[in-house]
Amino acid sequence: MNFDGAGTLFKKEVLRFYKVSFQTVAAPVLTAVLYLLIFGHVLEEHVQVYPGVAYTSFLIPGLVMMSVLQNAFANSSSSLIQSKITGNLVFLLVTPLSHWAWFAAYVGAAMLRGLAVGLGVFLVTAAFAPPRLEAPLWIVVFAVLGAGMLGALGLIAGLWAEKFDQMAAFQNFIIMPMTFLSGVFYSVHSLPGFWQGVSHLNPFFYMIDGFRHGFFGVGDVSPWTSLAVVGTSFLVVAGIALQLLRSGYKLRH
Amino acid sequence: MPAVSFQEVSKTYNTFRGTFQALDDVSFDIGRGEFFGLLGPNGAGKTTLISILAGLNRASAGRVTVMGHDVVLDYAQARKQLGIVPQELVFDPFFSVRETLRIQSGYFGVKNNDDWIDELLYELGLEDKAGANMRQLSGGMKRRVLVAQALVHRPPVIVLDEPTAGVDVELRQTLWQFIAKLNRQGHTVLLTTHYLEEAEALCHRIAMLKRGRIVALDRTANLLAGTASTMLRFKTDDALPPELAPQARVTGRIVQLKAHDAAEVETLLAALRQAQVRVEELEIGRADLEDVFIEIMQGAEQPAAQGVAV
Repeated sequence: MNFDGAGTLFKKEVLRFYKVSFQTVAAPVLTAVLYLLIFGHVLEEHVQVYPGVAYTSFLIPGLVMMSVLQNAFANSSSSLIQSKITGNLVFLLVTPLSHWAWFAAYVGAAMLRGLAVGLGVFLVTAAFAPPRLEAPLWIVVFAVLGAGMLGALGLIAGLWAEKFDQMAAFQNFIIMPMTFLSGVFYSVHSLPGFWQGVSHLNPFFYMIDGFRHGFFGVGDVSPWTSLAVVGTSFLVVAGIALQLLRSGYKLRH
Repeated sequence: MPAVSFQEVSKTYNTFRGTFQALDDVSFDIGRGEFFGLLGPNGAGKTTLISILAGLNRASAGRVTVMGHDVVLDYAQARKQLGIVPQELVFDPFFSVRETLRIQSGYFGVKNNDDWIDELLYELGLEDKAGANMRQLSGGMKRRVLVAQALVHRPPVIVLDEPTAGVDVELRQTLWQFIAKLNRQGHTVLLTTHYLEEAEALCHRIAMLKRGRIVALDRTANLLAGTASTMLRFKTDDALPPELAPQARVTGRIVQLKAHDAAEVETLLAALRQAQVRVEELEIGRADLEDVFIEIMQGAEQPAAQGVAV
């Protein structure tokens, strides 16, 4: 593999969001803090999800993970669709870079942005409620896997979408509902039985739950179950993304 | 081994209106060090053919190689041999000129390439723009960067797809001097252009495409010699006599008529005099590539003439 080439593409993808980091990193951190301030303020007195865990503390890991996922998705998807629509993707299409190189660079940069935003949210929200870190390794594992899966999903969306409104539809009708219905703001145990069942079909639920387990040492399901589901989902999504790249789907006609 | 080889290349698009044959069994080779012209009207398939060469499109049938490397099976090696200047004026708005060139170089695995990048900037008159963001450049400057990007990994085969469309005279000259220099140094050049005088001046050999088929393929000199070699040019405000009107090429006040020999020139002049057409600035000259091009495009449906394969 052309590691220098893949490394250059990774660096370019990182520079792309780094050069506008006020918009790509600082803005999503602010959004997450606003969620924390408002939901935390409104619900702090009324909701206790786990015994001995204040609602604000419960909410923080969910917000961190949501930021990781949304920003990883946003990075690869918006980079690809912008390059496709402005036409500068041709500079990449004429290079000897393989589908592995494309995948590694786009997903790697997406993970970096997702994790950077997640870290930012974590550091800022830590000021509101001192974090508990019961099992830090789970935190890292789920953050990395979740960022990788959403980076790969963003790659698929970026390849598929031909216009910005198709991309917006993918984001608003698939990514947003799956994120919000994954238990960021609540424990799925508080849901009626049917919706608990539906939640258990959502891979995003396992990402958030496994990630939260790392903070509190408790969750709705075992972290090993979450790891199995999230790991499998990542492999499936990555496999699809690689196959689309290899076949030149909507890239080479 | 040729620099570029197209072997029985066909391309069919499936559209809502049915299938569209963009290329139909195109075969030809471009030798190493050649300056080769690919001409044809809009929609003839030139860009499709170049896109297949670059790996941007895929042929429905046939095979294309660059320096012996198949563009599909051995795409990485094939693309390293190629530098493509795309037709569209595209750029990445996040980067400066130098960053753009360093990134493009890196994609090809060429690191620490600043000496060559500096030379490209100098040759293309971009030295004082190296730090400028791509968004700040004029169209002509962006076009120069596209050329530099195509050459940044020192490819032996250079493909220019309409590089001078909408470009001012100064850049055209800078560009052609530089490309001619690279060609003298041994680079193979494949050019498509609408400016036939450029093709006539630069290209050793020319292929003409019409509706996806090769209708002419020969040395430029042979193409010029193989057609009506004399043109009668003049200006007039009068209508041409009916026997001459169908064969005349009229551009504004300028009329051009083909003549194969001196006797035919006399016949034409006699016909004009008889019809009392007032002729100004009369001149008799050699046919140029534009005349050849028009003749071949009009005659493409008819049986092959000498040097013209239908």
